[in-house]
Amino acid sequence: MATTILAPREHYLNESYGIKSWLFTTDHKRIALLYLVSITTMFFVGGIFALLIRLELLTPPGDLVQAETYNKLFSMHGITMVWFFLIPSIPTVLGNFLIPMMIVAKDLAFPRLNLTSWYLFDLSALFLLWTILNGGVDTGWTFYTPYSSIFSNTNVMTAVLAILINGFSSILTGMNFIVTIHRMRAPGMTWFRLPLFVWTHYATSLILVLATPVLALTLTLVGIERVFRIGLFDPALGGDPLLFQHLFWFYSHPAVYIMILPAMGVVSELVTCFSRQEIYGYKFVAFASLGIAFYSFLVWGHHMFVAGQSAYAAMIFSFLSYFVAIPSAVKVFNWTATLYKGSVSYQTPMLYALGFIGLFVIGGLTGLFVAALGVDVHVTDTYFVIAHFHYIMVGGSVMGYLGGLHYWWPKISGRLYPEGWAKLSALIVFLGFNLTFFPQFILGYLGMPRRYYAYPEEFQVLNVLSSAGASILGVGYILPLVYLIWSMRYGRAAGPNPWPATGLEWQMPSPPPRDNFAITPVVTEPPYQYPRMKSQDGETITAEEQPA
Amino acid sequence: MNGVGTAADERSTVSQRSSVLEHHFRDLEQQRGASTLGMWIFLATEVMFFGVLFLGYTAYRVVYHESFAEGSHHLKLLLGSINTVVLLSSSLTMALAVHAAQLGRSKALVSFLLMTMLLGVAFLGIKALEYYYEYEERLVPGLNFAYSGSNAGHVELFFILYFFMTGLHAFHLTVGIGLVAVIAFLAWRGRYTAEYHTPVELTGLYWHFVDVIWVFLFPLLYLIDRYR
Repeated sequence: MATTILAPREHYLNESYGIKSWLFTTDHKRIALLYLVSITTMFFVGGIFALLIRLELLTPPGDLVQAETYNKLFSMHGITMVWFFLIPSIPTVLGNFLIPMMIVAKDLAFPRLNLTSWYLFDLSALFLLWTILNGGVDTGWTFYTPYSSIFSNTNVMTAVLAILINGFSSILTGMNFIVTIHRMRAPGMTWFRLPLFVWTHYATSLILVLATPVLALTLTLVGIERVFRIGLFDPALGGDPLLFQHLFWFYSHPAVYIMILPAMGVVSELVTCFSRQEIYGYKFVAFASLGIAFYSFLVWGHHMFVAGQSAYAAMIFSFLSYFVAIPSAVKVFNWTATLYKGSVSYQTPMLYALGFIGLFVIGGLTGLFVAALGVDVHVTDTYFVIAHFHYIMVGGSVMGYLGGLHYWWPKISGRLYPEGWAKLSALIVFLGFNLTFFPQFILGYLGMPRRYYAYPEEFQVLNVLSSAGASILGVGYILPLVYLIWSMRYGRAAGPNPWPATGLEWQMPSPPPRDNFAITPVVTEPPYQYPRMKSQDGETITAEEQPA
Repeated sequence: MNGVGTAADERSTVSQRSSVLEHHFRDLEQQRGASTLGMWIFLATEVMFFGVLFLGYTAYRVVYHESFAEGSHHLKLLLGSINTVVLLSSSLTMALAVHAAQLGRSKALVSFLLMTMLLGVAFLGIKALEYYYEYEERLVPGLNFAYSGSNAGHVELFFILYFFMTGLHAFHLTVGIGLVAVIAFLAWRGRYTAEYHTPVELTGLYWHFVDVIWVFLFPLLYLIDRYR
């Protein structure tokens, strides 16, 4: 890599100093970093609960904690991870940082709104931490009525308030992205020249904007029922708790796609860069994102197969759920086809991308198991379901997030992370993850129910495996935290395009200047135009060998 | 590598820059397009927000049709009808205000905005009067509710929905009145011209949205089985 020594150049990190220059910034890149700090904190808060859950489940009887505490542990693990890490993770950090650069804009359409949404996020996080310190909440992350509205004696109100405020933060981010992608593209940046990362964020934002208000109002109704005893879901008045479940899952199923779609966008960028190939079937991959967003709104009933909805409704929801598999499979096949005859190199981001594809396939296929009515009746509320959605959310979203974070880290920080450590931790994450969650498929199939603090002795071997895996996984998550922070000071200077990749964000210096591009360029080509470079002996050159 | 060239029109747009153009937009046209789209998306989120209540209403009305008709007949149809006229008129004055803004007629703009505000406040006053009567008749769940009859629970569900839906609507209208007040003040200060009046148009969009919500609320809540 060519490294030239330059005089200190002004960029977004050093253009101004002091706490105020960060707290009042409207620069999308700085806001992305603020989000990075917030969500990383919340990730480790949620992780502590996971750790305690796995510690309790090391032995069959309830010894570390009793039922009440255990209920709070899994509830707060779910709430923290879903709303305070998974949903905001890729969009607010990588999306915020990259979308304006990828479409060659100076900023998002509404920079002040962007900062507002970070403040709302932090306010909501404070409400959640307050909830936790006050003794937590025990309703599960799903807040099913009438338990949440009438019977639970824990801090339901502050938790609901936290999620409500968090929702407004999400809505503002979604609005901002949609308007930015529609209105802020540079001359020549047509829809089909957008990187697929932008397409998936567009689809994600549509879901954020259309689904989150439903959750907001539904939780408001729960809050009102709890405080004023005005019960829209109260069975005593003839109200229907099933109505709550319909409304909740109308949001929360699409929310799963809020978590996975941005990770798919990251993987599309990584797979093309590290196989030096154009994406196979660009338009199919782009429209698959919109397809997933569309179908996500039609399948919520598959969470309620045993909740008492009519058999006909269940059949239709089961049928529709199978449709989501089509655009998801399109993406997986196209990534695989992109690898075919490519010059694949296995740098850290690519390890995460390949890990994503494998784990997402397992998570997606087991999703078809639970979408099938007959099978679902058997595995509902068992560890099979837990394993299934952790393969999607942890194996999918978190892998995508870490892959993207490593890939764009040189752009964000201007420094290279230590590749050896990073590869090692990617391997640890992959092994730890599978050891944690694969045994849970078996546990669930054998009938171990979710949300119990004790279990029969014959399940102990698999549970010990799972807990051991979780501790390995924890090491895999702490390592990047350490070496990424280390690299900010001691990492080698990255140069503008270390991989080298074709994306427009790699055309500017690292870290980028405040306004991204000094002069707005005209875009004339689709993304992923990787040159097929051949070395003298005819071998195709990989990203690792290609000179920057 | 992505093809990159220099936009020839980058410098020509500089002359269009004025105090209202924010630095990250290319020109006023782009800024206006962004703001307008942002408002439409916001209204879409509002539709989903109210949609929850409309869904809950529909589900319970199908199941408890008789009780909903019974509850509906306790509402003050005359006051509700007057309010509908008041709110529709406010949308007319709002539309006239936007028209005045497009023509750059500042005085007309300010007076139409004031009329809009006045009609909005009148709506809230009449609504408050209705709430007062309903409180007197002990029809307010959670606060003062006593209803005799075999379907008391189902009638209470109707009134929960009634108060929540109209209350949320009134809240939105209050926000709208505040927005119109700010816009009217800025218009009086001469901020809006025929070239730049996006905030007036966006406030207009919001106002009409709040009006449209009422157009659905009124028949759903007040007019159940009135022909019997």
